[in-house]
Amino acid sequence: MALSRSGSNLLKPISPFFSCAPSILSRSISSSNDSITVETSIPFTAHNCEPPSRSVTTSAAELRSFFRDMALMRRMEIAADSLYKAKLIRGFCHLYDGQEAVAVGMEAAITRKDCIITAYRDHCTFLSRGGNLVEVFAELMGRRAGMSNGKGGSMHFYRKEGGFYGGHGIVGAQVPLGCGLAFAQKYSKDENVTFAMYGDGAANQGQLFEALNIAALWDLPAILVCENNHYGMGTAEWRAAKSPAYYKRGDYVPGLKVDGMDAFAVKQACKFAKEHALKNGPIILEMDTYRYHGHSMSDPGSTYRTRDEISGVRQERDPIERIRKLLLSHEISTETELKDIEKEVRKEVDNAISKAKESEMPDPSELFTNVYVKGFGVEAYGADRKELRATLP
Amino acid sequence: MATLFQGLPSSTAFSSSNKFNHVPAPTSFSERKSSIVTVRSDARWSPVLNYATHKPQRLITNAVATKADSSLASTSSKPGHELLLFEALREGLEEEMERDPCVCVMGEDVGHYGGSYKVTKGLATKFGDLRVLDTPIAENSFTGMGIGAAMTGLRPIIEGMNMGFLLLAFNQISNNCGMLHYTSGGQFKIPVVIRGPGGVGRQLGAEHSQRLESYFQSIPGIQMVACSTPYNAKGLMKAAIRSENPVILFEHVLLYNLKDRIPDEEYVLSLEEAEMVRPGEHVTILTYSRMRYHVMQAAKTLVNKGYDPEVIDIRSLKPFDLHTIGKSVKKTHRVLIVEECMRTGGIGASLTAAITENFNDDLDAPIVCLSSQDVPTPYAGTLEEWTVVQPAQIVTAVEQLCQ
Repeated sequence: MALSRSGSNLLKPISPFFSCAPSILSRSISSSNDSITVETSIPFTAHNCEPPSRSVTTSAAELRSFFRDMALMRRMEIAADSLYKAKLIRGFCHLYDGQEAVAVGMEAAITRKDCIITAYRDHCTFLSRGGNLVEVFAELMGRRAGMSNGKGGSMHFYRKEGGFYGGHGIVGAQVPLGCGLAFAQKYSKDENVTFAMYGDGAANQGQLFEALNIAALWDLPAILVCENNHYGMGTAEWRAAKSPAYYKRGDYVPGLKVDGMDAFAVKQACKFAKEHALKNGPIILEMDTYRYHGHSMSDPGSTYRTRDEISGVRQERDPIERIRKLLLSHEISTETELKDIEKEVRKEVDNAISKAKESEMPDPSELFTNVYVKGFGVEAYGADRKELRATLP
Repeated sequence: MATLFQGLPSSTAFSSSNKFNHVPAPTSFSERKSSIVTVRSDARWSPVLNYATHKPQRLITNAVATKADSSLASTSSKPGHELLLFEALREGLEEEMERDPCVCVMGEDVGHYGGSYKVTKGLATKFGDLRVLDTPIAENSFTGMGIGAAMTGLRPIIEGMNMGFLLLAFNQISNNCGMLHYTSGGQFKIPVVIRGPGGVGRQLGAEHSQRLESYFQSIPGIQMVACSTPYNAKGLMKAAIRSENPVILFEHVLLYNLKDRIPDEEYVLSLEEAEMVRPGEHVTILTYSRMRYHVMQAAKTLVNKGYDPEVIDIRSLKPFDLHTIGKSVKKTHRVLIVEECMRTGGIGASLTAAITENFNDDLDAPIVCLSSQDVPTPYAGTLEEWTVVQPAQIVTAVEQLCQ
């Protein structure tokens, strides 16, 4: 069980904070690992491939960790909402609540050596890849303790050690980057895959199809994951896409449609996709999911959809409720235990926020750091092989 | 901090006359620990000037445009080998690919076809399909893929078949390539090299004659260099590949068949340094890429008319080598910029601003900037000639400047 930051990042002067931060996301450390079989809510729909089975093996520990992780993510996003309204977070803030099952299910199926890259709705994915809350809130508030030193913001979360490659503002551009990550994995022959995530809005970008073509040609271990929350900012998917069957858009590339609100369906699909990609090249996964908040904090989210729709999805398909029901029905936890976990999570988030608030703003000299690597001055040498360094005054 | 290239100390076996008659024998190289020679494009050897001090240098005062007599080259002990510019680029590329297994090339027709300008000829058979990759015509995505691969530690070289095609990848170059190191707080390095031929060719039409250095120059986080001779092409290619920053290497379509002699030994040039082509006293002419040759042609005429222009090939388009340029301005007090970019927002425009801000007190006259006309390059040969700066215009400009 590792704390997300094991001292590898020497630049951050905030190690005292981490010694008291509890383990943020529990991977399946088990007290009981009798396996439980769970059926996914609906069968998978496949395109050009055989769908995986609906039965997913899991364990009590995994169920508990799913609940805790998703509760943490939900609480973090709600806290970010209030911080934004208190004007501590500025600019764009895209919240992921409702979609937590995708992040948590995917993480359960893969290792930290596999890469994930996504667009700007990245807070929870960052957390699942080993990030911690203080980094998240500090970055959102533009403080130095943030993972990008406060210079990235909400849309630029990265975690190199966790295999999380961002965090990108221009949607669609991360998919070719993701195929490049897959290319590097194939180049180094290390049997890992890349999950390049994008939304139903970005699914109409041309560079996606370009990258898919190249990935299929070169047999790259790239998995394109469309998080279909049915709205591209304010435009519903039926108004933006002639063919909203995003998993079929690969044509020659196989695809799988998954209920993105069911963490076990996501886990099964990602496991299947990883095996497929390592053998046969790219595959597209479409996660049918939903976001409760608007597109971002500047969007109320109710001008293009009804409140009934939002509350309907929350009642029928909420990912955390599903896990809660499973925990209760399999008698792994009691009502009060789950309520205690939620209270604990709330306290954790509040602590992280106050710690993040204590961190200072970046120094003005930091404006110019990290524009280039090591500043200028390439080492050069002449024909007589003596190395010299030329530096500009 | 570090020493710059040092000139040859005067105690060595050079005559005190202004002309250099011979090139030192190989043994003397090992004694002088920090001397380098540069080969100019006219195959004349000369020591690199000592930038650290302001001692008057042993300058070659006669016009450089004339070919040196062959005896000079033949008496050199290590004459190097002759090749064309695209072969020099290929040599640099091949050496770096052998040296570092993380270096790979991706672009259209770079593999089996050998490269549309033969820069990557033979590399696919030597290094295999995974290191020299033929991409489909999808600049946006394969530039993005190169950048994604660089985030993990590979060192891809992305070739645009023509620089103009990279406009399709502008989003990737500007947002991801230039900014990722900054927005990730230093977590990711993007050691890519983006290269390709640009510039006005021979009647290639408007879309294939673009000069992208003006569009790319304000992207933060990238470096831009322009090569002009086989010597600096190979050196800059190697430096760009070894650099941890994203570098855009601008080549010129019409310069690929330039033949010159380059050293046999390995050498790497500095990406941020300008090249002194011809030292002089009366006026500083700043140029890069193909216009260097127009300037040198004009210099011939100018010398016959009695002027002594100092010609500097700026090479580094971002950042400018203001040290070399500043030294020159302080000496001559007059600046002429000759470039192939458009007048509006080109490299010359930025350079004019930079020199005016930094060296305004040293200028005796306003800076004159000769650039291409602000028009799409026409197909007709005569019209195309008039879009670009011609040697006659350079001569007139110098004459007016030096009045």
